[in-house]
Amino acid sequence: MAAYMMLDGNSAAVQAIKMAKVKVISAYPITPQSSISEELSRLVRDGSLDAKYLRVESEHTAISAAIGAQLTGVRAATATSSVGLALMHEVLNVASGCRVPIVMPVVNRALASPWSLWCDHQDTMAERDSGWLQLYCENVQEVFDFVTMGYKIAEHEDVLTPIMICLDGFFLSHSMQKVLIPKQNEVDEFIGDYVKKNTYLDPLNPMVINNLTSPEEFTEMRYQQKDGFDNAAKVMDKVFLEFEKKFGRVHRAVEGYKLEDAEAVIVTLGSMSGTAKQVVNMLRNQGKKVGALKIVSFRPFRSDLVNEMLKGIKRIAVFDRTAGLGSQGAPLWHEVCNALEESNAVVKSYIGGLGGRDISLETVLNVFDDIMNNDSKNKSPVWIDLKDNAMDIRQVKKDA
Amino acid sequence: MHNTKTECKGLVSNGVSACAGCGLELIIRNVLDVLGEDTLIVIPPGCAALFCGYGDGTAFKIGGFQGNLENTAAYGAGIKAGLEMQGNDHTTVLCFAGDGATLDIGLQSLSGMIERGDKVVYICYDNEAYMNTGIQGSSSTPQGAATTTTPGGKATQRKDLIQIVMAHRIPYAATASLANLTDLRNKVKKAKETDGPAVLHIHTPCPTGWSYHPSKSIEISKLAVDTGAWLLYEYENGVVKVNYKPKHFKPLIEYLKLQGRFKNISEEKVSSIQQDINKRFDELKVRGELL
Repeated sequence: MAAYMMLDGNSAAVQAIKMAKVKVISAYPITPQSSISEELSRLVRDGSLDAKYLRVESEHTAISAAIGAQLTGVRAATATSSVGLALMHEVLNVASGCRVPIVMPVVNRALASPWSLWCDHQDTMAERDSGWLQLYCENVQEVFDFVTMGYKIAEHEDVLTPIMICLDGFFLSHSMQKVLIPKQNEVDEFIGDYVKKNTYLDPLNPMVINNLTSPEEFTEMRYQQKDGFDNAAKVMDKVFLEFEKKFGRVHRAVEGYKLEDAEAVIVTLGSMSGTAKQVVNMLRNQGKKVGALKIVSFRPFRSDLVNEMLKGIKRIAVFDRTAGLGSQGAPLWHEVCNALEESNAVVKSYIGGLGGRDISLETVLNVFDDIMNNDSKNKSPVWIDLKDNAMDIRQVKKDA
Repeated sequence: MHNTKTECKGLVSNGVSACAGCGLELIIRNVLDVLGEDTLIVIPPGCAALFCGYGDGTAFKIGGFQGNLENTAAYGAGIKAGLEMQGNDHTTVLCFAGDGATLDIGLQSLSGMIERGDKVVYICYDNEAYMNTGIQGSSSTPQGAATTTTPGGKATQRKDLIQIVMAHRIPYAATASLANLTDLRNKVKKAKETDGPAVLHIHTPCPTGWSYHPSKSIEISKLAVDTGAWLLYEYENGVVKVNYKPKHFKPLIEYLKLQGRFKNISEEKVSSIQQDINKRFDELKVRGELL
């Protein structure tokens, strides 16, 4: 039988990686991911995970070694955060371009500068065009479930695309929650053994992978990746249903909460989604018709589902945990705007929760207050939790 | 199209697009001839990447991966780990990278690979600059050599790869040269048989980048060894062995004067490089005799 465990987000990720029977781990510590690297090394040492642990000297090597290992025909694991993910950037595109379906937890943390140890989504948002699938977790159970499902989705022969499982630094990575962990044989039945497909390194069946490609073929190879993303959407929906049937928990690429008669809806990513739902309940108790839409799959972005679920909603608040500097709005807002067809809704971009600032009940209440009552035509993003003295903080001012 | 599976004699196709007189081509043919077909090769972008081929063609009969410029050793370590975990302890994993991909941008991942003890053969073919991108200077470009980014001749000394890897207490490391193919092939064999990381640093004459006639690659290689511009030695289980110990080196200028890249070098510079060579050689000999 499945059993409940008290786990933090990082331990839930480790548990899922262990149960996927990865054979090679290449890991490098970075706050707040470090305990994933540590726990995996302990599991290898005590023999409960039959894997080779490469204690690498950088994230760049961590992802490179994982690609090399997985190309030989085994599951390889790594994990990272923030600037570690940024250091991987070049090689993330190799993993996706070579169709190496690595499953990688990313513990979301702000990018420097200024230095921050704490959560926001700029690290993974900066990789949204790297050719990786991206799922965002609301709670620790989702961390376990999404990592587990990640193997089944990424490795599907019609997908063959690596996947980031994004979990909010500290809010999930270090938050202890009750998690239902299935039995090993159930996970085995669900994800199966790793089977190498398409490109691989085998001395008995040699091929040279990733050589120079001419303009005659490059576009078509990118298009094949695009096809993988299209397929990922369908495969993901199917895997969610299979998971539900086997393990009883319901997950969807996009999840609506009290949308039926809603007049105003907040769109969220990650751990803020729980807070948003609670605020919806509070406002519903006051008779206000509000709802929430949680985006689980940011890549592929499910415009079809978002459009369908937001049909008829008049006021839409999109909450991004990243700044989207220099653009008219932040990344999630762009996606939502683009998804809506034949809609005359007011769709506003809200930015908050940066560098570890808590997205509190009050923050979400302020978002609803603004989207429901502010009819200003100003299309600039609203920095919803910005302090009044923003321009006075640590400004270097020259004397007149 | 040439069919590498049926038509090439060794593990590398005939008719590759290397420059006339390319030292690298001779080296890679000999290296793979020694290692055999139970080998997987990792090559970063650079001259050697042309052997990976273009589009759906390749010059190799063995499997391989073209990595990024700075992580050849990282891919190699991962491939080895993946093979080991499937019970394959026989396939040689060969990293084959140039001087820029090794001594500049790839030094960190190479250092990590050696420190962890990953059983990978790492070969640096050193043509002493970024030749494939147009002869830009690297940290292995010798002092006084003109490149497109050291037009006045490189002011500083080159990095010493083998001394760097020796500082890791690597099980096996050696320099080699086309001047002595038997020695080179023996060292490749030793590297393959080493139970742990092994690094070979192979002097790789480049007529295009060094400005000499393509017919003179072997002559240049021999002069490099005879003048001491390239010292042949190995480091095995903590012991240094100098493989070539002439009573007297030929004057360095005999090696330099054949190459356009040194045409503007001053006599004082030649003399100071000559002194450095003698000093390095004496240090090596002392180390070899003491140990």
